[in-house]
Amino acid sequence: MNGPTLFGLCGAALVGLGLYGLICQPGALRKILAFNLIGSGVFLLFGVIAKRGGGALSAAGLGVDGDPVPQALIITGLVVAFAATSIAVALLLRLAEISGRSTLERAGSGSHSPTHERAPAPERAA
Amino acid sequence: MTSALVVDAALALLVLGLALWVISTRAAYSAVVGFVAYGLLMAIVWVRLAAVDVAMTEAALGTGLTGLLLLGAAARLAPYEAAEVSSRPGRGLRMLIGLLCAAIALGLAAVVLMLPDPAPTLALLVAENLPPTGVGNPVTGVLLAHRAIDTLLESVVLIPALIGVWSVAADPAWGGRPGSLPRPQSGSALTLLAQVLPPFGILIGIHLVWNGADDPGGKFQGATVLAAMWILVLIAGLREPPAVRDQRLRVLLVIGALVFIGIGVAGIWLADAFLAYPEGYAKPLILAIEAVLTLSIALTLGLLLAGPPANDHRSGGRS
Amino acid sequence: MNLALDILTIVAVSLGAIFFLAGTVGLLRFPDTLTRLHALTKADNLGLGLVVLGLLPQVSAPLAALGLLAVWLLALLSGATVGQLLAGTASAPDQDRAETPARHAGASHD
Repeated sequence: MNGPTLFGLCGAALVGLGLYGLICQPGALRKILAFNLIGSGVFLLFGVIAKRGGGALSAAGLGVDGDPVPQALIITGLVVAFAATSIAVALLLRLAEISGRSTLERAGSGSHSPTHERAPAPERAA
Repeated sequence: MTSALVVDAALALLVLGLALWVISTRAAYSAVVGFVAYGLLMAIVWVRLAAVDVAMTEAALGTGLTGLLLLGAAARLAPYEAAEVSSRPGRGLRMLIGLLCAAIALGLAAVVLMLPDPAPTLALLVAENLPPTGVGNPVTGVLLAHRAIDTLLESVVLIPALIGVWSVAADPAWGGRPGSLPRPQSGSALTLLAQVLPPFGILIGIHLVWNGADDPGGKFQGATVLAAMWILVLIAGLREPPAVRDQRLRVLLVIGALVFIGIGVAGIWLADAFLAYPEGYAKPLILAIEAVLTLSIALTLGLLLAGPPANDHRSGGRS
Repeated sequence: MNLALDILTIVAVSLGAIFFLAGTVGLLRFPDTLTRLHALTKADNLGLGLVVLGLLPQVSAPLAALGLLAVWLLALLSGATVGQLLAGTASAPDQDRAETPARHAGASHD
């Protein structure tokens, strides 16, 4: 067992945890958070592969400690993840503003009272 | 080696504990706070994995800007939160989901344990092909020369994301100023910070971009710092966010991608391939692309945080 | 000379770590927002200051030392501002509550 393997296992567990949160948490904001955890776990797996690849070379005395190709892809992924998160948050805030709900259930299902419909967002009413 | 392993194990446990907190804690606001702490620890994990560029991006973008975005959303969604609990799946279903998710995690863990040894790597290839690009940081070299098409698509993908955010605006608010940032409170300590910090922040952002050619850093990290400074000024109320109908703003948003595509297309004639750089001009061209991309990305990131146009008291109204 | 500098580094960084530990314990154990802020800002200011002080003898170039000092000063500036803002919202219980997140500060109790 070495450091990268440890973090690889950590990344695998993060994917599992995030997936559980994504399915089980009803609140859409919690789903967004859980989705970010999944993404983070996948990036971590990628990072472990980068470190393993580079580690083999640095052991051979080539002075590289991480494979820059996966690392560059992780940076790209982080930026795209932020863009996707910001769209999700914008959609969610608009959903809450129009329907008075912060879950993804269809209107009428679940136990929401119909009085919530078309309720103005509280911070706008204030 | 063993003491390093103990530190790594403690770090991994902390990360997992915080992740557990993020998905299980009751209030969404505490979950977001946990996520920010989680992101900062992840940055340390990236340093341990010898990925300093990734660590900077994670701390600045994955934690800083994402945290700000989610904190704002959690505060605005708090009134609706009580209704969420009722639609949680039942205990039996949760157990089943938990088992299936654990199976997926175990499968991934098995893959991690069975990774080929010696590990396949492209690092050697990058190291061999780095000198022609003229940059010293291999990650920057990959981002802007070897895998430039990925970076191009990514800087383009930010623009549809911004269009997506803008397009959820209510019809009467279209064209106005973004309204998701908290209202400024005059006379607070925030005003002082927003007056003192930005000059240093802008300097640090430019330093990160410039240094990114040879040392860890680069346009995404630099652009994130610049965007953070802009957001600070907006939150303190020293400037208003620009109206989204502003033509100059729109030009600045796309100019990074346009310059990148322009230089890429010119490469077809000058260097025999799309996105290839003519010999000897790679470094100046990469720096030029980084400079304009930084400006466009910083603006886009800031506007993604500022949210869709809103028709509130400080908006300029409809066009 | 080198040995003395190394000892200075070890002592200062350890002291800084102790401040961080104390600040974290205070953050977890103190009863209300203001005392917790006190613990947190002390850890930030003094703990980080001592860590930076301890690292100064180890840098190779004067520019790197300036960078370290800049990190400390920027952390001081932002820490002081955030502390001031949080304390302001915490001590003005009614008018700001509707739109500031400070009401969640007590959420870590449960």
